[in-house]
Amino acid sequence: MANWVPLWLHRLGSPPVFYRFAGAVRPWALGLALVLGAVALYGGLFIAPADYQQGDAYRIIFIHVPSAWMSLFIYGAMAVAAFIGLVWRIKIAETVAMESAPIGAAFTFITLVTGSLWGKPMWGTWWTWDARLTSELVLLFIYLGVIGLYHSFEDRRQGARAASFLVLVGAVNVPIVHFSVNWWNTLHQASTVRLLGPSHIEASMLWPLLTMMAATKLYYIASLFARVRADLVASEGGKGWVRDLLAGRAGNDPA
Amino acid sequence: MRPGSTPAACAALLRRDLTLAWRRRGDIALPVLYAVIVATLFPFALGPDPALLSRIAGGVVFVTVLLAILLSLDQLFRADIEDGSMEQLMLAPQPLALLVAMKILAHWVTAALPLIVVAPLLAGMLKLPPEVIPVLVAALLLATPLLSLMGAVLVALTAGTRRSGMLLALMLLPLCVPVVIFAAGAVAAAQEGLPWIAPIAWLGAGLALALVLAPLACAAALRIAMDT
Repeated sequence: MANWVPLWLHRLGSPPVFYRFAGAVRPWALGLALVLGAVALYGGLFIAPADYQQGDAYRIIFIHVPSAWMSLFIYGAMAVAAFIGLVWRIKIAETVAMESAPIGAAFTFITLVTGSLWGKPMWGTWWTWDARLTSELVLLFIYLGVIGLYHSFEDRRQGARAASFLVLVGAVNVPIVHFSVNWWNTLHQASTVRLLGPSHIEASMLWPLLTMMAATKLYYIASLFARVRADLVASEGGKGWVRDLLAGRAGNDPA
Repeated sequence: MRPGSTPAACAALLRRDLTLAWRRRGDIALPVLYAVIVATLFPFALGPDPALLSRIAGGVVFVTVLLAILLSLDQLFRADIEDGSMEQLMLAPQPLALLVAMKILAHWVTAALPLIVVAPLLAGMLKLPPEVIPVLVAALLLATPLLSLMGAVLVALTAGTRRSGMLLALMLLPLCVPVVIFAAGAVAAAQEGLPWIAPIAWLGAGLALALVLAPLACAAALRIAMDT
Protein backbone atom coordinates (compact mmCIF):
# COMPACT_ATOMS: atom_id res chain seq x y z
CA MET A 1 0.00 0.00 0.00
CA ALA A 2 2.78 2.37 -0.87
CA ASN A 3 0.89 4.06 -3.66
CA TRP A 4 -0.24 7.00 -1.59
CA VAL A 5 2.78 8.98 -2.74
CA PRO A 6 1.93 8.91 -6.47
CA LEU A 7 -1.72 9.35 -5.56
CA TRP A 8 -0.93 12.42 -3.49
CA LEU A 9 1.31 13.83 -6.23
CA HIS A 10 -1.44 13.19 -8.75
CA ARG A 11 -3.97 15.05 -6.63
CA LEU A 12 -1.48 17.89 -6.21
CA GLY A 13 -1.71 18.48 -9.95
CA SER A 14 -5.21 19.85 -9.46
CA PRO A 15 -5.20 23.64 -9.06
CA PRO A 16 -7.56 23.90 -6.03
CA VAL A 17 -5.65 21.19 -4.15
CA PHE A 18 -2.32 22.83 -4.96
CA TYR A 19 -3.74 26.21 -3.96
CA ARG A 20 -4.69 24.94 -0.50
CA PHE A 21 -1.43 22.96 -0.09
CA ALA A 22 0.67 25.97 -1.07
CA GLY A 23 -1.33 28.19 1.25
CA ALA A 24 -0.68 25.82 4.16
CA VAL A 25 3.07 25.43 3.46
CA ARG A 26 3.90 29.03 2.62
CA PRO A 27 3.78 30.69 6.09
CA TRP A 28 5.94 27.93 7.59
CA ALA A 29 8.49 28.14 4.78
CA LEU A 30 8.62 31.93 4.96
CA GLY A 31 8.90 31.98 8.77
CA LEU A 32 11.64 29.36 8.82
CA ALA A 33 13.45 31.17 6.02
CA LEU A 34 13.43 34.44 7.97
CA VAL A 35 14.58 32.78 11.22
CA LEU A 36 17.33 30.77 9.54
CA GLY A 37 18.40 33.79 7.50
CA ALA A 38 18.66 35.92 10.64
CA VAL A 39 20.65 33.21 12.45
CA ALA A 40 22.96 32.77 9.45
CA LEU A 41 23.53 36.52 9.14
CA TYR A 42 24.32 36.79 12.84
CA GLY A 43 26.68 33.83 12.62
CA GLY A 44 28.31 35.17 9.50
CA LEU A 45 28.60 38.82 10.46
CA PHE A 46 29.36 38.60 14.19
CA ILE A 47 30.49 35.13 15.25
CA ALA A 48 32.66 33.99 12.34
CA PRO A 49 36.23 35.34 12.56
CA ALA A 50 37.59 37.78 10.01
CA ASP A 51 39.62 36.28 7.18
CA TYR A 52 43.36 36.61 7.69
CA GLN A 53 43.83 37.92 4.17
CA GLN A 54 40.59 39.59 3.16
CA GLY A 55 39.56 40.99 6.53
CA ASP A 56 35.87 41.61 6.90
CA ALA A 57 35.21 41.95 3.18
CA TYR A 58 34.89 38.21 2.74
CA ARG A 59 31.64 38.25 4.76
CA ILE A 60 29.69 38.99 1.59
CA ILE A 61 30.02 35.31 0.70
CA PHE A 62 27.19 34.60 3.14
CA ILE A 63 24.90 36.32 0.63
CA HIS A 64 26.85 35.78 -2.55
CA VAL A 65 27.51 32.04 -2.47
CA PRO A 66 23.98 30.92 -1.44
CA SER A 67 22.55 33.20 -4.16
CA ALA A 68 24.88 31.67 -6.74
CA TRP A 69 23.84 28.17 -5.66
CA MET A 70 20.19 29.17 -5.87
CA SER A 71 20.59 30.70 -9.34
CA LEU A 72 21.61 27.26 -10.63
CA PHE A 73 19.30 25.26 -8.36
CA ILE A 74 16.25 27.22 -9.50
CA TYR A 75 17.23 26.72 -13.13
CA GLY A 76 17.36 22.98 -12.47
CA ALA A 77 13.99 23.01 -10.74
CA MET A 78 12.54 25.13 -13.53
CA ALA A 79 13.89 22.75 -16.19
CA VAL A 80 12.38 19.72 -14.44
CA ALA A 81 9.02 21.47 -14.10
CA ALA A 82 9.16 22.62 -17.73
CA PHE A 83 9.89 19.08 -18.90
CA ILE A 84 7.00 17.67 -16.88
CA GLY A 85 4.73 20.42 -18.14
CA LEU A 86 5.66 19.84 -21.79
CA VAL A 87 5.48 16.05 -21.69
CA TRP A 88 2.40 15.49 -19.53
CA ARG A 89 0.73 18.87 -20.13
CA ILE A 90 0.24 19.44 -16.41
CA LYS A 91 -0.84 23.00 -15.87
CA ILE A 92 0.64 23.28 -12.38
CA ALA A 93 4.07 22.25 -13.67
CA GLU A 94 3.93 24.95 -16.36
CA THR A 95 2.95 27.55 -13.77
CA VAL A 96 5.71 26.45 -11.40
CA ALA A 97 8.30 26.69 -14.20
CA MET A 98 7.16 30.13 -15.30
CA GLU A 99 6.89 31.56 -11.79
CA SER A 100 10.34 30.20 -10.91
CA ALA A 101 11.99 32.29 -13.64
CA PRO A 102 11.68 35.76 -11.98
CA ILE A 103 12.92 34.36 -8.65
CA GLY A 104 15.88 32.73 -10.36
CA ALA A 105 16.63 35.92 -12.26
CA ALA A 106 16.54 37.86 -8.98
CA PHE A 107 19.01 35.46 -7.33
CA THR A 108 21.29 35.64 -10.38
CA PHE A 109 21.17 39.42 -10.26
CA ILE A 110 21.97 39.42 -6.52
CA THR A 111 24.91 37.11 -7.23
CA LEU A 112 26.29 39.47 -9.86
CA VAL A 113 25.78 42.59 -7.74
CA THR A 114 27.30 41.17 -4.55
CA GLY A 115 30.14 39.67 -6.58
CA SER A 116 30.98 43.03 -8.10
CA LEU A 117 30.73 44.73 -4.68
CA TRP A 118 33.26 42.22 -3.38
CA GLY A 119 35.42 42.41 -6.49
CA LYS A 120 35.92 46.17 -6.32
CA PRO A 121 38.07 46.14 -3.14
CA MET A 122 39.48 42.61 -3.62
CA TRP A 123 40.30 42.37 -7.33
CA GLY A 124 40.44 46.13 -7.86
CA THR A 125 37.69 45.94 -10.47
CA TRP A 126 33.97 45.35 -10.22
CA TRP A 127 33.82 43.39 -13.45
CA THR A 128 36.26 41.09 -15.16
CA TRP A 129 35.67 38.64 -18.01
CA ASP A 130 36.30 35.69 -15.77
CA ALA A 131 34.70 32.40 -16.79
CA ARG A 132 32.39 32.23 -13.78
CA LEU A 133 31.24 35.82 -14.03
CA THR A 134 30.56 35.50 -17.72
CA SER A 135 28.56 32.31 -17.45
CA GLU A 136 26.51 33.81 -14.62
CA LEU A 137 25.76 36.81 -16.84
CA VAL A 138 24.72 34.50 -19.68
CA LEU A 139 22.46 32.66 -17.21
CA LEU A 140 20.80 35.98 -16.37
CA PHE A 141 20.17 36.56 -20.09
CA ILE A 142 18.60 33.11 -20.41
CA TYR A 143 16.28 33.87 -17.48
CA LEU A 144 15.32 37.21 -19.03
CA GLY A 145 14.69 35.53 -22.39
CA VAL A 146 12.37 33.00 -20.75
CA ILE A 147 10.45 35.74 -18.93
CA GLY A 148 10.23 37.84 -22.09
CA LEU A 149 9.02 34.98 -24.25
CA TYR A 150 6.39 33.97 -21.68
CA HIS A 151 4.93 37.47 -21.60
CA SER A 152 4.98 38.04 -25.37
CA PHE A 153 2.17 35.55 -26.00
CA GLU A 154 -1.48 36.55 -25.73
CA ASP A 155 -2.45 33.10 -24.51
CA ARG A 156 -0.77 32.33 -21.19
CA ARG A 157 -0.65 28.56 -21.55
CA GLN A 158 0.78 28.77 -25.05
CA GLY A 159 3.35 31.26 -23.78
CA ALA A 160 4.19 28.92 -20.91
CA ARG A 161 4.71 26.01 -23.29
CA ALA A 162 6.92 28.03 -25.65
CA ALA A 163 8.96 29.41 -22.74
CA SER A 164 9.23 25.91 -21.22
CA PHE A 165 10.74 24.76 -24.49
CA LEU A 166 13.23 27.62 -24.28
CA VAL A 167 14.08 26.54 -20.73
CA LEU A 168 14.99 23.09 -22.03
CA VAL A 169 17.05 24.55 -24.89
CA GLY A 170 18.83 26.67 -22.28
CA ALA A 171 19.41 23.62 -20.08
CA VAL A 172 21.33 22.03 -22.96
CA ASN A 173 23.13 25.29 -23.58
CA VAL A 174 24.28 26.20 -20.06
CA PRO A 175 26.96 23.46 -19.77
CA ILE A 176 28.19 24.26 -23.30
CA VAL A 177 28.48 27.95 -22.43
CA HIS A 178 30.26 27.15 -19.19
CA PHE A 179 32.72 24.86 -20.93
CA SER A 180 33.40 27.18 -23.84
CA VAL A 181 33.82 30.22 -21.59
CA ASN A 182 36.32 28.29 -19.49
CA TRP A 183 38.23 27.39 -22.63
CA TRP A 184 38.11 30.97 -23.88
CA ASN A 185 39.30 32.36 -20.58
CA THR A 186 42.23 30.02 -20.14
CA LEU A 187 43.35 30.83 -23.67
CA HIS A 188 43.59 34.54 -23.04
CA GLN A 189 44.47 35.28 -19.48
CA ALA A 190 46.16 33.78 -16.49
CA SER A 191 44.22 32.21 -13.66
CA THR A 192 42.16 34.59 -11.61
CA VAL A 193 41.27 34.55 -7.94
CA ARG A 194 39.09 31.67 -6.90
CA LEU A 195 36.49 32.43 -4.30
CA LEU A 196 36.96 29.39 -2.08
CA GLY A 197 39.54 27.38 -3.95
CA PRO A 198 40.60 23.94 -2.92
CA SER A 199 41.43 25.13 0.61
CA HIS A 200 39.19 23.98 3.40
CA ILE A 201 36.81 26.44 4.89
CA GLU A 202 36.81 27.05 8.62
CA ALA A 203 33.88 25.40 10.44
CA SER A 204 32.77 28.67 12.05
CA MET A 205 32.45 30.10 8.54
CA LEU A 206 30.85 27.00 7.06
CA TRP A 207 27.79 26.67 9.27
CA PRO A 208 26.40 30.17 8.56
CA LEU A 209 26.91 29.45 4.88
CA LEU A 210 24.95 26.20 5.03
CA THR A 211 22.24 27.79 7.18
CA MET A 212 21.89 30.59 4.68
CA MET A 213 21.62 28.01 1.91
CA ALA A 214 18.69 26.36 3.72
CA ALA A 215 17.13 29.79 4.28
CA THR A 216 17.34 30.72 0.59
CA LYS A 217 15.82 27.38 -0.42
CA LEU A 218 12.90 27.91 1.98
CA TYR A 219 12.51 31.48 0.76
CA TYR A 220 12.35 30.15 -2.81
CA ILE A 221 9.57 27.76 -1.80
CA ALA A 222 7.63 30.51 0.00
CA SER A 223 8.02 33.00 -2.82
CA LEU A 224 7.23 30.42 -5.49
CA PHE A 225 4.08 29.26 -3.72
CA ALA A 226 2.84 32.82 -3.27
CA ARG A 227 3.40 33.55 -6.96
CA VAL A 228 1.79 30.29 -8.09
CA ARG A 229 -1.26 30.94 -5.88
CA ALA A 230 -1.71 34.41 -7.35
CA ASP A 231 -1.28 33.06 -10.87
CA LEU A 232 -3.79 30.25 -10.27
CA VAL A 233 -6.44 32.66 -9.01
CA ALA A 234 -5.82 34.93 -12.00
CA SER A 235 -5.86 32.23 -14.66
CA GLU A 236 -8.67 30.12 -13.17
CA GLY A 237 -10.83 33.16 -12.45
CA GLY A 238 -13.88 31.72 -14.16
CA LYS A 239 -13.79 28.34 -12.41
CA GLY A 240 -16.12 27.33 -9.60
CA TRP A 241 -13.48 26.85 -6.90
CA VAL A 242 -12.16 30.40 -7.25
CA ARG A 243 -15.68 31.78 -7.03
CA ASP A 244 -16.32 29.67 -3.93
CA LEU A 245 -13.05 30.91 -2.48
CA LEU A 246 -13.88 34.54 -3.07
CA ALA A 247 -17.46 34.05 -1.82
CA GLY A 248 -16.10 32.39 1.35
CA ARG A 249 -13.64 35.21 1.92
CA ALA A 250 -16.30 37.88 1.40
CA GLY A 251 -18.43 36.30 4.12
CA ASN A 252 -22.18 36.39 3.64
CA ASP A 253 -22.16 38.57 0.61
CA PRO A 254 -25.55 38.15 -1.07
CA ALA A 255 -24.08 38.57 -4.54
CA MET B 1 -4.00 10.95 -54.54
CA ARG B 2 -0.80 9.49 -53.15
CA PRO B 3 1.57 11.86 -51.38
CA GLY B 4 4.82 12.62 -53.16
CA SER B 5 8.06 11.14 -51.93
CA THR B 6 9.94 12.96 -49.20
CA PRO B 7 13.01 13.86 -51.34
CA ALA B 8 10.73 15.29 -54.02
CA ALA B 9 8.85 17.38 -51.46
CA CYS B 10 12.12 18.66 -49.97
CA ALA B 11 13.47 19.55 -53.41
CA ALA B 12 10.24 21.32 -54.33
CA LEU B 13 10.26 23.33 -51.11
CA LEU B 14 13.91 24.28 -51.55
CA ARG B 15 13.28 25.32 -55.15
CA ARG B 16 10.23 27.36 -54.10
CA ASP B 17 12.10 29.22 -51.35
CA LEU B 18 15.10 29.95 -53.55
CA THR B 19 12.84 31.15 -56.36
CA LEU B 20 10.95 33.41 -53.98
CA ALA B 21 14.23 34.85 -52.71
CA TRP B 22 15.52 35.34 -56.27
CA ARG B 23 12.38 37.22 -57.29
CA ARG B 24 13.15 39.69 -54.47
CA ARG B 25 16.89 40.03 -54.99
CA GLY B 26 16.99 43.41 -53.27
CA ASP B 27 16.21 41.76 -49.93
CA ILE B 28 19.26 39.53 -50.26
CA ALA B 29 21.48 42.59 -50.64
CA LEU B 30 20.19 44.25 -47.46
CA PRO B 31 22.04 42.13 -44.85
CA VAL B 32 25.24 42.47 -46.89
CA LEU B 33 24.83 46.22 -47.03
CA TYR B 34 24.15 46.27 -43.30
CA ALA B 35 27.33 44.30 -42.59
CA VAL B 36 29.39 46.63 -44.78
CA ILE B 37 27.98 49.68 -43.00
CA VAL B 38 28.61 48.30 -39.51
CA ALA B 39 32.15 47.24 -40.37
CA THR B 40 32.83 50.66 -41.90
CA LEU B 41 31.75 52.40 -38.70
CA PHE B 42 34.42 50.70 -36.57
CA PRO B 43 37.45 52.53 -38.04
CA PHE B 44 35.58 55.83 -37.62
CA ALA B 45 34.87 55.05 -33.97
CA LEU B 46 38.27 53.59 -33.08
CA GLY B 47 40.62 55.55 -35.32
CA PRO B 48 42.38 54.32 -38.48
CA ASP B 49 45.41 52.80 -36.71
CA PRO B 50 46.21 49.63 -38.74
CA ALA B 51 47.73 47.75 -35.78
CA LEU B 52 44.63 48.21 -33.66
CA LEU B 53 42.28 47.39 -36.54
CA SER B 54 44.08 44.20 -37.47
CA ARG B 55 43.88 43.03 -33.86
CA ILE B 56 40.11 43.46 -33.65
CA ALA B 57 39.29 42.62 -37.29
CA GLY B 58 38.37 38.96 -36.73
CA GLY B 59 36.01 39.70 -33.85
CA VAL B 60 34.41 42.65 -35.62
CA VAL B 61 33.70 40.59 -38.74
CA PHE B 62 32.11 37.81 -36.68
CA VAL B 63 29.91 40.11 -34.64
CA THR B 64 28.89 41.99 -37.79
CA VAL B 65 27.95 38.78 -39.58
CA LEU B 66 26.08 37.59 -36.50
CA LEU B 67 24.04 40.80 -36.33
CA ALA B 68 23.28 40.69 -40.05
CA ILE B 69 22.04 37.09 -39.74
CA LEU B 70 19.97 38.04 -36.71
CA LEU B 71 18.38 40.80 -38.76
CA SER B 72 17.40 38.41 -41.52
CA LEU B 73 16.25 35.59 -39.21
CA ASP B 74 13.11 37.48 -38.31
CA GLN B 75 11.80 36.91 -41.84
CA LEU B 76 12.49 33.17 -41.84
CA PHE B 77 8.95 31.92 -41.22
CA ARG B 78 6.98 35.16 -41.24
CA ALA B 79 5.70 35.14 -44.84
CA ASP B 80 4.76 31.47 -44.62
CA ILE B 81 2.84 31.98 -41.41
CA GLU B 82 1.03 35.03 -42.75
CA ASP B 83 -0.18 33.41 -45.98
CA GLY B 84 -1.01 30.09 -44.32
CA SER B 85 1.51 27.89 -46.13
CA MET B 86 3.13 27.01 -42.79
CA GLU B 87 -0.09 25.25 -41.75
CA GLN B 88 0.01 23.28 -45.01
CA LEU B 89 3.62 22.26 -44.31
CA MET B 90 2.62 21.12 -40.83
CA LEU B 91 -0.25 19.06 -42.26
CA ALA B 92 1.92 17.55 -44.99
CA PRO B 93 2.57 13.79 -44.77
CA GLN B 94 6.34 14.40 -44.98
CA PRO B 95 8.20 14.88 -41.68
CA LEU B 96 8.06 18.54 -40.65
CA ALA B 97 11.66 18.47 -39.38
CA LEU B 98 12.98 17.75 -42.89
CA LEU B 99 10.81 20.40 -44.51
CA VAL B 100 11.92 22.95 -41.92
CA ALA B 101 15.53 21.91 -42.54
CA MET B 102 15.03 22.78 -46.21
CA LYS B 103 13.70 26.21 -45.25
CA ILE B 104 16.73 26.77 -43.02
CA LEU B 105 19.03 25.67 -45.84
CA ALA B 106 17.37 28.12 -48.21
CA HIS B 107 17.74 30.86 -45.62
CA TRP B 108 21.41 30.06 -45.15
CA VAL B 109 22.03 30.15 -48.92
CA THR B 110 20.26 33.48 -49.35
CA ALA B 111 21.29 35.28 -46.15
CA ALA B 112 24.58 33.81 -44.93
CA LEU B 113 26.36 32.83 -48.12
CA PRO B 114 26.48 36.43 -49.49
CA LEU B 115 27.87 37.50 -46.12
CA ILE B 116 30.64 34.88 -46.35
CA VAL B 117 31.46 36.13 -49.85
CA VAL B 118 31.78 39.70 -48.63
CA ALA B 119 33.56 38.83 -45.34
CA PRO B 120 37.11 38.67 -46.83
CA LEU B 121 36.52 42.14 -48.22
CA LEU B 122 35.48 43.44 -44.80
CA ALA B 123 38.44 41.71 -43.17
CA GLY B 124 40.77 43.27 -45.75
CA MET B 125 39.33 46.71 -45.06
CA LEU B 126 40.04 46.14 -41.38
CA LYS B 127 43.64 45.10 -42.15
CA LEU B 128 43.36 41.45 -41.23
CA PRO B 129 46.57 39.75 -42.49
CA PRO B 130 45.82 38.02 -45.82
CA GLU B 131 47.17 34.65 -44.65
CA VAL B 132 44.50 34.54 -41.92
CA ILE B 133 41.59 35.08 -44.30
CA PRO B 134 41.25 31.37 -45.30
CA VAL B 135 40.85 30.53 -41.58
CA LEU B 136 38.24 33.27 -41.28
CA VAL B 137 36.26 31.88 -44.22
CA ALA B 138 36.51 28.32 -42.87
CA ALA B 139 35.27 29.45 -39.46
CA LEU B 140 32.42 31.39 -41.08
CA LEU B 141 31.46 28.39 -43.23
CA LEU B 142 31.00 26.35 -40.04
CA ALA B 143 29.66 29.08 -37.76
CA THR B 144 26.97 30.62 -39.97
CA PRO B 145 24.96 27.38 -40.52
CA LEU B 146 25.17 26.84 -36.78
CA LEU B 147 23.74 30.32 -36.18
CA SER B 148 21.02 29.78 -38.79
CA LEU B 149 20.01 26.45 -37.22
CA MET B 150 19.90 27.72 -33.64
CA GLY B 151 18.26 30.97 -34.67
CA ALA B 152 15.57 29.02 -36.53
CA VAL B 153 14.58 27.21 -33.31
CA LEU B 154 14.13 30.54 -31.53
CA VAL B 155 12.32 32.14 -34.47
CA ALA B 156 9.94 29.18 -34.44
CA LEU B 157 9.27 29.77 -30.74
CA THR B 158 8.35 33.40 -31.35
CA ALA B 159 6.23 32.51 -34.39
CA GLY B 160 2.96 33.06 -32.53
CA THR B 161 3.89 36.49 -31.14
CA ARG B 162 3.59 39.98 -32.55
CA ARG B 163 6.80 41.73 -31.53
CA SER B 164 9.82 39.49 -31.73
CA GLY B 165 12.84 41.46 -32.96
CA MET B 166 14.39 42.48 -29.65
CA LEU B 167 13.22 39.31 -27.93
CA LEU B 168 14.97 37.24 -30.58
CA ALA B 169 18.25 39.06 -29.90
CA LEU B 170 17.88 38.46 -26.17
CA MET B 171 17.23 34.75 -26.65
CA LEU B 172 19.92 34.23 -29.29
CA LEU B 173 22.73 35.83 -27.28
CA PRO B 174 23.26 32.95 -24.81
CA LEU B 175 23.11 30.43 -27.64
CA CYS B 176 25.67 32.16 -29.82
CA VAL B 177 28.27 32.79 -27.10
CA PRO B 178 30.08 29.46 -27.73
CA VAL B 179 29.93 29.96 -31.51
CA VAL B 180 31.49 33.41 -31.30
CA ILE B 181 34.13 32.20 -28.85
CA PHE B 182 35.26 29.31 -31.04
CA ALA B 183 35.00 31.11 -34.37
CA ALA B 184 36.80 34.26 -33.25
CA GLY B 185 39.20 32.08 -31.24
CA ALA B 186 40.26 30.25 -34.38
CA VAL B 187 41.01 33.52 -36.18
CA ALA B 188 42.86 34.94 -33.18
CA ALA B 189 44.96 31.77 -32.87
CA ALA B 190 45.82 31.85 -36.58
CA GLN B 191 46.77 35.51 -36.27
CA GLU B 192 49.19 34.71 -33.46
CA GLY B 193 50.65 31.81 -35.40
CA LEU B 194 49.19 29.22 -33.04
CA PRO B 195 47.45 26.00 -34.17
CA TRP B 196 43.86 26.88 -34.99
CA ILE B 197 42.45 23.49 -35.90
CA ALA B 198 41.01 22.72 -32.43
CA PRO B 199 38.37 25.51 -32.31
CA ILE B 200 37.47 24.76 -35.94
CA ALA B 201 36.97 21.12 -34.98
CA TRP B 202 34.74 22.17 -32.06
CA LEU B 203 32.68 24.28 -34.45
CA GLY B 204 32.35 21.28 -36.75
CA ALA B 205 31.25 19.08 -33.85
CA GLY B 206 28.68 21.67 -32.84
CA LEU B 207 27.43 21.92 -36.41
CA ALA B 208 27.06 18.12 -36.66
CA LEU B 209 25.05 18.11 -33.43
CA ALA B 210 22.89 21.05 -34.49
CA LEU B 211 22.26 19.58 -37.96
CA VAL B 212 20.61 16.58 -36.32
CA LEU B 213 18.89 18.21 -33.35
CA ALA B 214 17.95 21.71 -34.48
CA PRO B 215 15.43 20.75 -37.22
CA LEU B 216 13.69 18.41 -34.77
CA ALA B 217 13.64 21.11 -32.08
CA CYS B 218 12.50 23.66 -34.64
CA ALA B 219 9.60 21.46 -35.74
CA ALA B 220 8.58 20.88 -32.11
CA ALA B 221 8.79 24.60 -31.38
CA LEU B 222 6.67 25.43 -34.43
CA ARG B 223 4.01 23.00 -33.27
CA ILE B 224 3.97 24.65 -29.84
CA ALA B 225 3.91 28.20 -31.15
CA MET B 226 1.30 27.61 -33.88
CA ASP B 227 -0.98 25.53 -31.66
CA THR B 228 -4.00 27.79 -31.19
